[in-house]
Amino acid sequence: MDRVFGDKKAIAILLGPALFMYTAIMLVPSVWSLFYAFSTGNVIEGFRPVGLDNFRKLLDDPIVPTSLRFTVTYALVITVGQILLGLALALFYVFVLRRASALIRTLVFFPVVLPTVAVGLLFSKMFAIAPQTGPANSLLDLLGFGATDWFSTGSKAFWVIILMDLWRTMGFYAVLLYTGLLDIPGEVLESARLDGAVGWRLLRHIVLPLALPVLISSIIFSLNSSLKVFDSVVALTNGGPGTSTTPLNLYMFQTSFFYSDYGYGSTLAILITTICLTVTLFLFRSSRRDLTKG
Amino acid sequence: MIRTWRAARTHPTLRTVAAVSAAALLVSGCSAAGTGTKSGSASKPTAFSALFTTENTQIPAELNRLAAGECKAQNDALPLKIEQTPSSNMQQKVQLLAGQDALPVLFAGGNALINKDGALQKSGQLVDVKKALTDLGVADKLTPAASDTIDKLYGGGVYPTIPFQYNIEGIFYNKKIFEEQGIAVPATWDELLAAAAKLKAAKITPFTASGKTGWTISRWVGAYILRDLGPDALKKVADGQAKLTDPEYVRAAQAVADLGKAGYFVDGVTSVDYDTATANLLNGKAAMMYMGSWLLASINDPKKNPLGDAIGFMPVPAVPGGSGSIDQYPANVGAPTAISAKQYSPEVGGWLKCIAENYASGLMETQGAFSGFKMGKPVANVPPLTQDLQKRIDASTSTVLWFEALFNTKATGDASANAAPLLTGAMKPEQYMSLLQNDLSAAQ
Repeated sequence: MDRVFGDKKAIAILLGPALFMYTAIMLVPSVWSLFYAFSTGNVIEGFRPVGLDNFRKLLDDPIVPTSLRFTVTYALVITVGQILLGLALALFYVFVLRRASALIRTLVFFPVVLPTVAVGLLFSKMFAIAPQTGPANSLLDLLGFGATDWFSTGSKAFWVIILMDLWRTMGFYAVLLYTGLLDIPGEVLESARLDGAVGWRLLRHIVLPLALPVLISSIIFSLNSSLKVFDSVVALTNGGPGTSTTPLNLYMFQTSFFYSDYGYGSTLAILITTICLTVTLFLFRSSRRDLTKG
Repeated sequence: MIRTWRAARTHPTLRTVAAVSAAALLVSGCSAAGTGTKSGSASKPTAFSALFTTENTQIPAELNRLAAGECKAQNDALPLKIEQTPSSNMQQKVQLLAGQDALPVLFAGGNALINKDGALQKSGQLVDVKKALTDLGVADKLTPAASDTIDKLYGGGVYPTIPFQYNIEGIFYNKKIFEEQGIAVPATWDELLAAAAKLKAAKITPFTASGKTGWTISRWVGAYILRDLGPDALKKVADGQAKLTDPEYVRAAQAVADLGKAGYFVDGVTSVDYDTATANLLNGKAAMMYMGSWLLASINDPKKNPLGDAIGFMPVPAVPGGSGSIDQYPANVGAPTAISAKQYSPEVGGWLKCIAENYASGLMETQGAFSGFKMGKPVANVPPLTQDLQKRIDASTSTVLWFEALFNTKATGDASANAAPLLTGAMKPEQYMSLLQNDLSAAQ
């Protein structure tokens, strides 16, 4: 093996195809997109440079602040929800169900494997008021609150999206954190119990600190995927009503491919990349310190 | 970084990897650049290829009928080959095909691409349909109304679309409900409001519309503007002489928002789709719907319309003190259908001539719908409502364009997407008009 890795040609052969693909599929479009951000035009007439016009437009665009607010709020709420629910489920698997958790884990994980579009349709029917009243509104009627149009305002639609995405993804985070909890040595927990640490104290002082590395990884996963939310919103509200549930990713897609404004779409892509990069770097920096020291 | 670069210069392995990457950049870069250039050369067509939206069922059905009937000889010479794609992808698809010199013979190009200043028009990729029909000796088959609408729509001097359809817009209503409630056909906006109030009091939904297909709502705004401010009001906005944020324009959005606030539209309008909205009218669940004459295809279909002759048509009522006339109907020539200049051949001309001579009567006979061509032969057993609309089209002295006709793609999209929030009160009329004006100003 050492001989293989010592052979420069072998390294080139092993690394070359992957690097070629990565360059062709990731780097070139990224650089190309950067070029588009400073241009305007279309594929029929070609592109011409416009300097910083697209970036000025970004500052003046009334949809960008709304879209940014939605994206950040969604990312924060969904991350908190995914981690808390995931952790609660993981604790439930480890400390309550123990060895009997396999069936429940499978059932909770099941929505993860469902196609997002199917889940979107399911929830749109569940919360529908027209043409048929869905189960959610029937329940509200039964309880005497009266049915409501969940998709008539951005604030109501937001909570349906949150509910759907939490149901859809909590199983994944539960399994992720479950594996983290399994790594905690049994004797550590045992000795903590002998010292009188049970319930919240055991969780606060023993379980959470020891599960912190996997917890940080989960937060990074969750924040990054939620900042780039796209498919679930398209399937459920398509960004509506109006643009009130339009995340930046969807707005970028619409700008580029519905309105054929590739230049401005690329500028929005740069904004999204910058946000994701900043959040990731911030989280990496925070997690770099020795987590066992609290 | 510098150290890595130096290492790459001296290290053979890294040099190889760097070379591979550079080659990748070059290859990908070249291919990306290729999409914007006219690299290919279009050869004469081997089929009468046509690209329509998936939602468009009317034109493909009639073309297929012609291919097997009156245009069989033309079809033998150049077989009809229809392809359909969802309307949301059409603009992008046409642009990519145009960029690669791969446009089909007929294609549903967006108005923004084929109008006087459109990219396809400027790059000379379109056939002037009127000129082609003149050369073929069948220009007299075009109806004056269709030509008038095309002039207004595309800025004059260009004729980039085949008028496969000719539609006027107005309010379809349930005559039976009106009779039962003792409501006369409203001639003014105030009478319309009174009728709606009376219907609501009788627990009948006055209006149906689709929030998911928002133009079924936004067209109300356009209709009010045309009645209130006259037929040139939207042209003035397109020309920059007026703004949608001017108080007299915002008044129209306010009038429509007021209809929503009063609860005159169907419950859960935001979630209602197009088929449900029309079914509400045709099943008697709502009394009125703003719609175009293409709805005749459904109205004349007994499976979709159990009410039969109970559906009537009226123009949008006059706004008191307004300068628009009740006789001016918003009109269109259907989904734009352009002909690729590079694909035009004598065989395509043969097809075009056959369409001009036979399409209109065939469409009327089989679907009860109008086109921008004169009928080649009289059609018997035309349903009463179709006859009524035909009379209105013939009697109309001038037509006007619909609300979004002169909007760019972004403004059209926003007008539709935000129409339901305007109606439910989630968006104020000023915000709605300001958003659309922003879209228009950004493109000017």
